[in-house]
Parts: sequence; structure tokens; C-alpha cells
Amino acid sequence: MCGIVGIYLKSKKFEKSLGGMLSKMLISMESRGPDSAGFAIYNKNKNKIYKYSICLNEVSFEKFRKEIKKKIILTKLDKNSDHVILKSTEKPSKILPILEGFKGISLVGYGKSIEIFKQVGKPSNVVKKFDLDNFSGTHAIGHTRMATESAITTDGSHPYSTGEDECLVHNGSLSNHNNLRRKLKKNGSKFNSDNDTEVAAGYISDSLKQRNLKQTLNKGLSDLDGFYTFIAGTHSGFAVLRDEIACKPAVIAETKDYVAISSEFQAMAHLPNVNNAKIFEPEPGIVYSWGK
Amino acid sequence: MILDLKKLKLRSVNEKLQNIDRKKNKRDFVVSNPEGNHAICAGLTENIDVTIKGHVGYYCAGMNQNANIIVDGNVGTGVAENMMSGKVHVKGNASQSAGATAHGGTLIIDGNASSRCGISMKGIDIIVKGSVGHMSAFMAQSGNLVVCGDAGEALGDSLYETNIYVKGKVKSLGADCEEKKMNKQHKTKLKELLKKAGSNIKPEQFKRYGSARKLYNFNIDNVSNY
Repeated sequence: MCGIVGIYLKSKKFEKSLGGMLSKMLISMESRGPDSAGFAIYNKNKNKIYKYSICLNEVSFEKFRKEIKKKIILTKLDKNSDHVILKSTEKPSKILPILEGFKGISLVGYGKSIEIFKQVGKPSNVVKKFDLDNFSGTHAIGHTRMATESAITTDGSHPYSTGEDECLVHNGSLSNHNNLRRKLKKNGSKFNSDNDTEVAAGYISDSLKQRNLKQTLNKGLSDLDGFYTFIAGTHSGFAVLRDEIACKPAVIAETKDYVAISSEFQAMAHLPNVNNAKIFEPEPGIVYSWGK
Repeated sequence: MILDLKKLKLRSVNEKLQNIDRKKNKRDFVVSNPEGNHAICAGLTENIDVTIKGHVGYYCAGMNQNANIIVDGNVGTGVAENMMSGKVHVKGNASQSAGATAHGGTLIIDGNASSRCGISMKGIDIIVKGSVGHMSAFMAQSGNLVVCGDAGEALGDSLYETNIYVKGKVKSLGADCEEKKMNKQHKTKLKELLKKAGSNIKPEQFKRYGSARKLYNFNIDNVSNY
């Protein structure tokens, strides 16, 4: 099962209410995915500060702050429940190895505009815990998970981020992820879980080094074997792709102010002016994208 | 009578529609604020008129008998699935598996229907004014599927005795589905179906597709088709 949701704002009108819009979408998709939930929210960022989204797991905030200050020039460290957003002007090539070597924490994503929060539990509890209602931004993607092929853990939750400002949510299952993981590992990709979606995210990140998002997803149609509806996010927007059999649902609503996508229409029923939106199902095997 | 899903629970709305007050004999209903809920108007058995004002979720009007249901919006997966009789009219688009396994009645879709429209249909008449997606009329057994637009890949795969009429292009035919001659009786039937859906398109503009009947029984020569 699983529920996926996304909003891309075409105008500034709803930037301040983006979190609230996404929060209601996630809660209404709880029936499709009660095991865990997560969201990636993007903001415009013109300065050179990088943001690292980290789940502290069992590590206390004080301990983490004390230890990380010794290794990194911190611009800011924002605590949000069991996650922190670490801000620094230092390059990811320096910071990523330090965070990867820090025992007990999980790096859930990084980039100049992305922030990711994900945790096990009911979606309604997860969005409350991270206070999603008060987030603002330009576009956002969310996921509610009904676990099928790997454990219910933070690392098993979506969105998956395997590159700068990149993320992926997935409804479905992949059948060739073990083979693909081996191939990607040989090329230098790193994975934190046994999850199939993480492999798809790694595949996308790897391909984005040579192609744009649309070309990458088109190539994915032949390389990724299985059932899927994907929403793949980048700093400027997101793209949607359903496999060619199209067993996994998706519906898109587009108005002059926003584009919303979800597994079921009921997740969008509360959105402003949705009854006058252009509502359609993305066709199988066709990449739809908004932003660059 | 207006049944507002913002004020009433889905179950109580369906209960009211399934058990109408015969003494008052009010047979006109409006369901407002459907907000994508699933299984609205499922299991109706009486000869009543229901208009749903807005977009609905999965399995709307499932198992319908006798009721005349209008959806003023889009429908999710499996609208009118397993319908026995009556009429369901969708003014917007339909998601996958519209009219699945339905034994009778009429389903009219003003917009497009996505994949697997009329899958395993067993006697229903489906008229889609737009186009249908891939694998439509898969294993369809009887009834009629009329498509005024185009049809996606593998139309009528492994079908039995359903008549499929398509006005536009067919991307590809499924296993054991072939173009058939349009006889007078087919034109008369098609005209009647189009009239039911309020369409003036001439039956001559359609092509008919049906079963080549080669997959009915196992035949070793057809093994590549299975």
C-alpha cells in the first residue's frame, strides 16, 4: 500500500501555508500507511549555507552538540523533536564523512534547500511531533508507509535522500533492487538499509550526475523492475512517474497556484480551490515534471 | 433530501440510501461534500435517484441494483464495480477498473477512463465519451463497451463475448481480440447505446472488436498466445 503526496507551488501565495497543506494530506493518507511517515520540504536558499537533516535516534541533543562542535564550524543547530538541522558553510565533502562516522545518528538528507524529517509511528503523530503545520516552503513531498519488504525503522522510512537536495518517495515495490544495489555500490553509492526505494533513490542520484531528472526517470523505466509510483524531488521542483502497468494509483490536481499529487483524491480534498482544479491521472510510463 | 458528508458519517449516508423510508417514498437524494471518500452509494437496491456533488474515491456505486446515480465530478478506482442493474453516470473522468465484473446496468463516463476499463465485465453496457487506458475489456465476458475516443494497449485481451466499439485509434489489440464486421444488428444496438449516453455520433464511425475464440479451449498450437 503506502501513500504518497506532494505539492509544488507555482506562486508565492501559499508558501507560508505549505506545511499545513502537506500535513493534512499526510494525515488523510494514514489508512494507506500507518507504520511510519516522513516529509521533505524545500525552501529557496541563496546563501552558501548547507543544511544537514539528522535523526539523533538514541543520542542526546546535548551530547551531539558538544561532540559535533569540536569537529565542524557550526552556523546553527536547530532541534526539532528527535531530529536536528545542522547548518554550516563548510563543504559537504568535509562534513558528510564526519556525520557518517558519528555513531548512533542517521543522516536523512542534506542540501541547500531541503529539510527532511521521518520517523516511525502514525502519520498524524509524526506530523504533530515535527510541527509540520508551521513549515513554509516552495515545494514538499511526503510519504506514509505500510512496510512490506524491510523493517519498520527510521532508516526504512521515506523520503530517501541519496544526493544533494534530492529525495524520493515510492508507492510500490521493486524486484531487481538487490542486483541494482550491488551495481551501484561498485560505482561508489552508499546505502543504509535493505530497502528497495533507497536503491531507486541511489539509482536516480547516480544517473543525475550525467542526466537531468526527466531523462533519468525515462531511463529508469527500463532499469527499474517492479511496481511504482515515484515522486522525485530536487531543489527546484519534482517529477512523477508511474510504471507501465500502473497498478499503483496517483492523481494530480493543478491550479494556477499549485500542483498537488497524491495516491488518492481524498488527500487533496481540503486544498484551496481544488474543486476547480484540473484533475487527472498521470499516464503510465510518462514522466511529469514541474520546476527545472 | 440532501445528505451532507461533512455532517454525516459515510456509513450513515449509505444506510439511509440502502434503506429508504417507503412510507414517505422520497426517491431523490443529493450527496454533498463527498471529498474523495470511498464506497459512496455502494450496495443500493432501490429505484432511487442520487446525485453526488463532487469528486469521489474508490468503488463508488459498487454492486448497484436499480438506482440511478450521477457523479458530478471524477471517480476513483472501480466505479460501478459488480453493478447488477440501474445506471451510473460520471460527468468527469474515471480511474482504473471502471465497471469491473459488472453483470448489468449502464455506466456512462463523460470524460476518460484509465486502464482496465470493463475488466471481466459480465453484461454491463459501458459508454465512455473520452478514451480508455491499457488492458480495457480484459477477459470481458458479455455486454458492450463503447469508446468514443481512443483505446490504449492490449484492448480486449483474452476476451469472451463482449462487443467492443471504438471510434478512435486502438493502440494495440490484446491476445485473441480481432476486428469484426459491423452488421445491422450491431449498428442498431450501438445507436441505442449512444442515444442512452446522449451522443449523436453515427454508429458508422465506429469499428467493432470481439473475440477470435481461439483461446476458449486449450490448443497446443496456440501455446504462444497463453
